[in-house]
Amino acid sequence: MTTIDLPPKEAAAPPGRLTLVMRTRPEIVLAPLLLAVVLLAWEYGVIWLDVPTYILPPPSRIAFAMWQGLDAGLLDRGGYWLHAGVTVAEVLLGFFIGSGVGLVLGTIISQFRILEATLRVYLVAIQSLPKVALAPIVVMWFGFGLTSKVVIICLLTFFPLLITSMAGFKAVDAERLELMRAFGARPWQIFWKVRFPSALPYIFAGLDMAAVLAVVGAVVGEFVGAQRGLGTLILSMNAQMDTAGTFSVFVILAIVGIVLYQGMRIIERRYLFWSGEHMRAIGS
Amino acid sequence: MTMEGAARIATLRPAVIEVAGLEKIFVTVSNERIHALHDISLAVGEREFVTIVGPSGCGKSTLLKLIAGLLPASAGRIAVGGKIVAAPRTDIGIVFQNPILLPWRTVIENVLLPAEVQGRPMAAARARARELLAMVGLAEFESKYPMELSGGMQQRAAISRALLCDPEILLMDEPFGALDAMTREQMNLDLQRIWREAGKTVVLITHSIPEAVFLGDRVIVMSPRPGRIVRVLDVPIPRPRSIDVMGEPLFGRLTGDIRKLLYGRDRDADTAGLGAAGGIA
Repeated sequence: MTTIDLPPKEAAAPPGRLTLVMRTRPEIVLAPLLLAVVLLAWEYGVIWLDVPTYILPPPSRIAFAMWQGLDAGLLDRGGYWLHAGVTVAEVLLGFFIGSGVGLVLGTIISQFRILEATLRVYLVAIQSLPKVALAPIVVMWFGFGLTSKVVIICLLTFFPLLITSMAGFKAVDAERLELMRAFGARPWQIFWKVRFPSALPYIFAGLDMAAVLAVVGAVVGEFVGAQRGLGTLILSMNAQMDTAGTFSVFVILAIVGIVLYQGMRIIERRYLFWSGEHMRAIGS
Repeated sequence: MTMEGAARIATLRPAVIEVAGLEKIFVTVSNERIHALHDISLAVGEREFVTIVGPSGCGKSTLLKLIAGLLPASAGRIAVGGKIVAAPRTDIGIVFQNPILLPWRTVIENVLLPAEVQGRPMAAARARARELLAMVGLAEFESKYPMELSGGMQQRAAISRALLCDPEILLMDEPFGALDAMTREQMNLDLQRIWREAGKTVVLITHSIPEAVFLGDRVIVMSPRPGRIVRVLDVPIPRPRSIDVMGEPLFGRLTGDIRKLLYGRDRDADTAGLGAAGGIA
């Protein structure tokens, strides 16, 4: 903390890049280092303790399985690209349709007090139901193709958006509304200039939830009944005791989830820069 | 008391705000009737600076909202610029206790909001907004966001916003209530200057007696349950007033008179709390 600790001036070379990074943002170095240590411990721990590969494969085997899967052709049923593509398509379609419909309905409902008061009890009750349990019925109704998975994801992503947008519109600061009234603003002006932006932090919180649930919904839907997708790949690999393959598919799913979530974060930073509370809540 | 107040209402200048026999009764959810304002009559002259002082619950904010057309009156008559007030009036500028700036808009975008809402020509409005921001000392802050501004700066932006469409009348509801004492004195000086430069009629509500006397040409003293005018006092201190006038005997006498009106004679002015009169503001 004091200048006495500094090396003498003539000996002071410009601080190296690494030193500088360590001083300002040590996590840039330490976080990958931690990952490397964990992977190494896993790799050699499994070998030393002689754990069977079908119980817990070492990371190198998982990496090899991943390479094999990715090395296949785009439409190869044994490779990952086809299945990952199907799952990503389901996730994106389900996420946009489900959360879009939830947002629109939540917005409409919250503009009419009677509608909101009447429906609130039921909506909150449905929100707390384990909707994935409906997956077998949805598959029975919509078949083994893309549609049933999209419907399941819609079911999962619809309610977070419905509930958060309703909460968001309800929480709009009454003073802002009075101010707009004092300016002689029309209802639609009040909506677009104050109500909607004020509700955005809540809506984005709902989208964060929906992004995570969308991936869960796709995998569950594929477990229940599908011909393609990363979920079916996990099931077939598991049946063949190909644990390394299962782990590698899990990594692919994790990457899909992280990309989706980070995409949301980038959009949020752009549109919610003003909402200090929100940014603190999502830890940025 | 009310008659005495009414007798002193007449001003030499033409009245731009006229309130006569105003009553406001709120009905609560539990069907209780709250008599917020009783028999309020007052007239505010052109370019006059009138302050309204009273404890919480005396209905002073309600009175301001009625004049602005944000609340309907239960009985009586309110006219602004000779026209009866029935709905929110866009020719009145309002400043609330909180600046209420929209955090996702820059300072100048906030100032421009009323022009945008009212569909006025934006190029002219933007030029006017720049002028106003310069007048309140925020010229360099026009592209900042409200969260980057101090409380006093935010309130100055809110004043610019209220002045944007060049209203004849500025209604201010405890605009400096949330500021610290030193910022508040500076804001009082700034407001006096802005008022003199812009030539507006100002009605300012406050619960600070020194602020009411310092800023007002006249001080309207209100008391609660039901909210009514107890006295209207002239403040014959010449303008422009500096902070030093607060030390003058006349200033002391006026604030003392108002204190007596508000606290009553049986209570020690030093210990009496205005908060004793609770209820609606």
